[in-house]
Amino acid sequence: MTPLLEIKNLKTRFYTQDGVVRAVNDVSYTMDSGEILGVVGESGCGKSVHALSMMQLIPYPPGKITNGEVWLDGQDLLTLNEEEMQKVRGRDIAMIFQDPMTSLNPVFTIGFQITEALLLHNDMTKREAKDRAGELLELVGIPGAKDRLDDYPHQFSGGMRQRAMIAMGLSCEPKLLIADEPTTALDVTIQAQIIDLVKKLQEELGMAIMWITHDLGVVAELAHTINVMYAGSIIETGQIHNIYKETKHPYTIGLLGSLPRLDDAPGTELVSIPGLPPDLLALPEGCPFAARCEYRIEKCLVEKPPLEGIDGKDHSVACWRWEEIAGIGSK
Amino acid sequence: MKAEMKKLVEVRNLKKYFPGTEVSIFRAGNDVKAVDGVSFDIYEQETLGLVGETGCGKTTVGRTMLHLYQPTAGNIIFDGVDLNDLGERELRFARSKMQMIFQDPYASLNPRMTVGSIVGAPLDVHTDQSRTEKRERVQELLDIVGLNPDFVNRYPHEFSGGQRQRIGIARALALNPDFVVCDEPISSLDVSIQAQVVNLLEDLQKKLGLTYLFIAHDLSMVRHISDRMAVMYLGKIVELADRDEIFLNSLHPYTQALMSAVPVPDPDLAETKDRIILDGDIPNPSNPPLGCNFNTRCPVAIDICFKEEPEYREVKDNHWVACHLVK
Ligand SMILES: Nc1ncnc2c1ncn2[C@@H]1O[C@H](COP(=O)(O)OP(=O)(O)O)[C@@H](O)[C@H]1O
Ligand SMILES: Nc1ncnc2c1ncn2[C@@H]1O[C@H](COP(=O)(O)OP(=O)(O)O)[C@@H](O)[C@H]1O
Ligand code: SF4
Ligand SMILES: [Mg+2]
Ligand SMILES: [Mg+2]
Repeated sequence: MTPLLEIKNLKTRFYTQDGVVRAVNDVSYTMDSGEILGVVGESGCGKSVHALSMMQLIPYPPGKITNGEVWLDGQDLLTLNEEEMQKVRGRDIAMIFQDPMTSLNPVFTIGFQITEALLLHNDMTKREAKDRAGELLELVGIPGAKDRLDDYPHQFSGGMRQRAMIAMGLSCEPKLLIADEPTTALDVTIQAQIIDLVKKLQEELGMAIMWITHDLGVVAELAHTINVMYAGSIIETGQIHNIYKETKHPYTIGLLGSLPRLDDAPGTELVSIPGLPPDLLALPEGCPFAARCEYRIEKCLVEKPPLEGIDGKDHSVACWRWEEIAGIGSK
Repeated sequence: MKAEMKKLVEVRNLKKYFPGTEVSIFRAGNDVKAVDGVSFDIYEQETLGLVGETGCGKTTVGRTMLHLYQPTAGNIIFDGVDLNDLGERELRFARSKMQMIFQDPYASLNPRMTVGSIVGAPLDVHTDQSRTEKRERVQELLDIVGLNPDFVNRYPHEFSGGQRQRIGIARALALNPDFVVCDEPISSLDVSIQAQVVNLLEDLQKKLGLTYLFIAHDLSMVRHISDRMAVMYLGKIVELADRDEIFLNSLHPYTQALMSAVPVPDPDLAETKDRIILDGDIPNPSNPPLGCNFNTRCPVAIDICFKEEPEYREVKDNHWVACHLVK
């Protein structure tokens, strides 16, 4: 089966006054249709920039995609011009963000905005579009949906705006929905509503979802596969079970260890990763995690470990010593 | 909590209302009932966790406890003394023993002050130490929180979020407080840095015998650090108990939903977990529902819940809850 999406050697740089920010460093992976991929990593590790790069939404200057291919359905998106790309956005790939107000315009009603999105990509009448907009709001669980089409975004609560944005994202039945921290600003009970909703919609509509988050808990609830990013690179990737239960990379092990567990005994100390992520303006040679890694050897400082597949598993890791480390720290 | 443990802070029927925004020049808006009658104790050297969703009143509880906000009603008894009974000078002294660590390590540090003057500011106000004494104390404080004492002349922007939070902690410790309100001290930090700061706070508690009110919305972190936990909803405490009791035997339907909504970083557990999904949003605190204020979202509400406010009471040893359905 050919994958839905294939990213090859993607590199994105920002040329700033202070120097070159190496935001995305040689990222390659594939996604199947219907797959839910969780992209995790701490702030600044390149999660958003890599997704925006796929969509050709990197502001130039200062940003520039310096290398790579993004194959979707037999075409390389990075070779498309702006007009062709606009058709892809919304129709083939939809994107939703942490702050719904980046996509919702405060001066237009919710109904108008969804209707516009529908008319842009579909051959339908205004009447049909308006009916469909009502259905979509209902689909995402807005109470009294049809009566709320004439509401403005400020009349919606945070959770409802996020639902409205999802409705807009789904309006053209995209093949891929990219959700960038869509629940980060929401409270847990509202987050639970949204996760529940997205799971149901995915089962019904079958689109692939890329869920970007810093929260390893959220993606454990919904992803099939995980990419762990660090300093602009994928350092571990695989089936969700492999990532959480057969963790290989020292960074992922550290990250999972620094989360409190609900079965911790009183007085348990959290495993913390010492130090800070590297400065992307001055990325060291070698393994990007080396400065913080307790397993570091000389080689780690001079040569960057490639993302290497583990035999017989859908699981890859970028660490020179993963075979030795395996089992030491993973739970 | 064991009977022989000493109560350090007692909070009695505390209320804090903020004036509502004007509806028109003739009509003031309803008061925002940010905190609407909460009572609890904090024992010496324990950590009481306070959880609840945005806007439920956690920060207001913390600030009102320190009299940073004047309470609308109710009492704060600190170390046996009611803060309402204190004159200005005495209140200032009492306050020096109660400190706060803030959520946003960017906004809470003055960008134009050096780390030395930020951490030393409380010493200027509350002590008459000489410059050298202050300087030594500041360096000692930086050392305690794991920062290089030579950093005194640097400015906040030269530090990462985690380091700034350490600066805020050093400032809070300057006057040797007994009690510290930690208001979401790690919410804005990355996961790997959160653990560093939480470990530091736990360490300091042991070393200095501190008592904490630890406010957060991350339940698993609060469970990790707390001895007991209180759950707030719309200005009221709905449940309070030992941390394991709250997690294993929660009685209030809101607590149960909140616990079940916490995402667990374990795909196996996530799959088997029973999730209670609450409908709707949190009501507006200037116009809370009558009866039990959770009734608009409660999956098990009965008639009486819409008429009478449930009493907050101790239903078994050290387990407090406000719900009509709990016998
Ligand atoms: N417009 C920009 N100019 C300069 N640097 C940028 C710009 N946008 C993003 N970056 C940098 O790129 C890196 C990756 O950012 P991002 O992808 O947003 O991280 P995250 O993983 O938090 O989504 C960060 O170091 C960020 O500072
Ligand atoms: N200074 C203030 N003036 C007016 N309203 C306030 C003020 N501080 C908080 N509030 C309101 O009080 C309620 C509780 O707020 P807060 O204590 O900050 O909640 P939390 O810390 O749990 O998020 C909210 O509705 C908030 O808008
Ligand atoms: S390559 Fe070396 S430094 Fe990098 S994670 Fe592996 S052991 Fe650590
Ligand atoms: Mg981002
Ligand atoms: Mg708060």
